Amino acid sequence: MIKNEEIQRHTIAVLVDNESGVLARVIGLFSGRGYNIESLTVAEVDATEKLSRITIVTSGTKMIIEQIKNQLRRLVPVYKVHDLTTEGPHVSRELALVKVTATGDKRVESLRIADIFRARAIDSTNESFVFEVVGATEKVDAFISLMAPLGLADVSRTGVVAIARGPNPI
Amino acid sequence: MAHHDTLNGAEILLKALVDQGVEVIFGYPGGAVLPIYDELFKQNRLRHVLVRHEQAAVHAAEGYARSTGKVGCVLVTSGPGATNAVTGLADAQCDSVPLVCLTGQVPTHLIGNDAFQEADITGITRPCTKHNYLVKNVNDLARTVHEAFHVARSGRPGPVLIDLPKDVIQSKGEYQPPSKVKSKYKPQVKGDIKAIEKAIEMIAHAKRPIFYVGGGVINSGPAACQLLTQFVRMTGYPCTLTLMGLGAFPGSDPLFLGMLGMHGTVEANMAMHDCDLMINIGARFDDRVTGKLDGFSPDSKKIHVDIDPSSINKNVVVDLAVVGDCAHVLEDMIKVWKAKQCRVNESALKAWWKQIDAWRGLKCLEFENSNKLIKPQYAIQRVYELTRHRNPYICTEVGQHQMWAAQYLKFDLPHHWLTSGGLGTMGYGLPSAMGVQMAHPEALVIDIAGEASIQMNIQEMATLVQHRLPVKIVILNNQYLGMVRQWQELIHGGRYAESHMDHHPDFVKLAEAFGAVGLRAEQPGQVDDVIKEMMAVDRPVIVEMRTDASENVFPMIMPGMAHNEMVLGPEDKSRDNPGSEEDGMVLV
Ligand SMILES: Cc1cc2nc3c(=O)[nH]c(=O)nc-3n(C[C@H](O)[C@H](O)[C@H](O)COP(=O)(O)OP(=O)(O)OC[C@H]3O[C@@H](n4cnc5c(N)ncnc54)[C@H](O)[C@@H]3O)c2cc1C
Ligand SMILES: Cc1ncc(C[n+]2csc(CCOP(=O)(O)OP(=O)(O)O)c2C)c(N)n1
Ligand SMILES: [Mg+2]
Repeated sequence: MIKNEEIQRHTIAVLVDNESGVLARVIGLFSGRGYNIESLTVAEVDATEKLSRITIVTSGTKMIIEQIKNQLRRLVPVYKVHDLTTEGPHVSRELALVKVTATGDKRVESLRIADIFRARAIDSTNESFVFEVVGATEKVDAFISLMAPLGLADVSRTGVVAIARGPNPI
Repeated sequence: MAHHDTLNGAEILLKALVDQGVEVIFGYPGGAVLPIYDELFKQNRLRHVLVRHEQAAVHAAEGYARSTGKVGCVLVTSGPGATNAVTGLADAQCDSVPLVCLTGQVPTHLIGNDAFQEADITGITRPCTKHNYLVKNVNDLARTVHEAFHVARSGRPGPVLIDLPKDVIQSKGEYQPPSKVKSKYKPQVKGDIKAIEKAIEMIAHAKRPIFYVGGGVINSGPAACQLLTQFVRMTGYPCTLTLMGLGAFPGSDPLFLGMLGMHGTVEANMAMHDCDLMINIGARFDDRVTGKLDGFSPDSKKIHVDIDPSSINKNVVVDLAVVGDCAHVLEDMIKVWKAKQCRVNESALKAWWKQIDAWRGLKCLEFENSNKLIKPQYAIQRVYELTRHRNPYICTEVGQHQMWAAQYLKFDLPHHWLTSGGLGTMGYGLPSAMGVQMAHPEALVIDIAGEASIQMNIQEMATLVQHRLPVKIVILNNQYLGMVRQWQELIHGGRYAESHMDHHPDFVKLAEAFGAVGLRAEQPGQVDDVIKEMMAVDRPVIVEMRTDASENVFPMIMPGMAHNEMVLGPEDKSRDNPGSEEDGMVLV
């Protein structure tokens, strides 16, 4: 009944109590039940209420995605679970720091591509740049793959953060 | 400092437990919890039952909780005390039993240092508790205890663990009463009325309906069981119960089809398969119940009432879900049914019952009795007949004896049947019976056991004797890990790898060594005598019945098979082609 169903990718926003162990609960749920985590980000978003927001990108069949949301809701320190993918339009962004070591033409080319992607050089030496690029995952992926032949040395990515469009929260 | 700062952590803890209505704690001391034991020593509001193994403390608390509807309470020390409790917690998690387990922990400044008897018990039990806490500040202690009890008993019940570092229970702090504590944890209990109206519409129009009812109704409490019984009787529809649901609907009611699932009756499983409407109230479509999912009740619409949204559409996709507590939902269902003056489809129902009666006519639980060997089914039947007037509480271990108990005992009352269903923990029965007897000192409490399971927590005989708990243990001794042997016979070509124990203690002498009474029956003619003798004794008793070792539990749905593909008995040929475990139920 679960078999042969199309795999979908969903972005889920989870509001949790910022208490010790809460991230372990969420991650343990995914590993214990065999769900995928493609990306997970977490940070406190409300210091007075001590709430953190976790953004999870996951994939699975429709039934599994429903299970993931319901299993998350079962966790006692979890207050809200919103499936941004199904609840209307949302925007999502990722930030990457991309280190490129190059000289000569390749160095110039890396700057030109950075310009097209509106990436900023936030560190530079005679033989390297660190670019900061922000955008949807696909854009970050594209930027990194264009940098690969030019001397890509290292990448650090934040994972996806996402928020609903329009005036309403989540 | 203010005047209310005069309590130490241990005093705060005990005060909080008393305010939460705790009367009995099942536990075992050790270094990390000595300050708590010291406070226990100084008071007499809370009784403490000293078990012989921490796993048993948890099962005893389960027995206490399941037979009273209250939250069970456990106290164990750090490290090995806490890890010994893990199996019990996992058991309570699987079967939704409300517990609060207090564990000692090394002082906060030593946590993470591999200190003596340190175990990361919140880490270890995260997946097998409903929730857990590590209390780092004595001023959070009272609030944490109150919240833990609230979480344990609200929504889908479950075990909650509180880890208590030794310095926290020794330092002074402030007590907060329950009324001062607000928890954000508020599961939905009222069902959506639109969905309930839709459900009633579907129920009134069904032609071949069945109520498939589970442990959720027991969890919800006696009111839910009464409402269920009322509603089922109003409709006149057939009702089947899961292993965990037994007692939610009277076992002697003609509308009851018996248990369903792997070892369920023909009439229950066939009716599930052929129904056009399945009304699931508080059951979770467990793989032991559904069998092969592709073949599970293929032509029915399905309604599912459950308090836990994650139970819905987990294994089986349903047509209508009502999230809420069974008692609330059933109450609303009855109201809507009456308000709409619903009538069932009499002629269709008559035809449906005719079909069901034909399945019933196969008498699938009939067995060939013997006058030489004690048939296990016969032993259980006699236990039922000779004890039913006392409405006994029945606990079981895990194995064939558990299934025969489920098949041949009838429960007219809820909360009188305690068995480990989800985890299937051998060794559950004796300690849980201990907990039941603590809660109901006058009641007849029986543990139906196998000779292997009983040895997993046999040490608790000493606890029974020490606390004068006259639990009766009926061991069906078939010399085998019978349930394992059955699968090996039917599925693994009769290769009985390690399922035979050729040495067992002399159970009569063993009982006596513990200071209890030991009895034995070796022939059918002795069965009634030992049961009567057992009942006449006001002390713990072990009754060993030497049963037929070759007997198997039937009917049986083999792995990978559907409800309409049951094996009815040893002569049934369909048993020779078992399916794969991938899409059916998994092993013992
Ligand atoms: C050897 C062996 C053989 C077995 N064979 C069988 C068999 O043949 N047949 C069988 O039925 N079982 C069998 N079992 C047991 C089986 O493994 C499951 O434990 C059992 O079927 C689950 O019962 P349940 O669906 O009633 O769910 P439970 O585990 O009792 O779960 C209760 C459900 O109700 C919900 N709930 C809880 N509280 C409430 C509330 N207040 N209101 C609404 N909903 C609530 C919960 O969220 C959950 O979904 C066997 C076990 C063993 C060890
Ligand atoms: C702790 C634990 N270990 C192993 C099992 C697997 N298992 C299930 S039933 C069973 C045999 C039980 O034997 P016994 O208690 O004699 O009962 P019988 O089946 O013979 O009635 C075993 C080993 C289990 N359920 N629990
Ligand atoms: Mg046995």
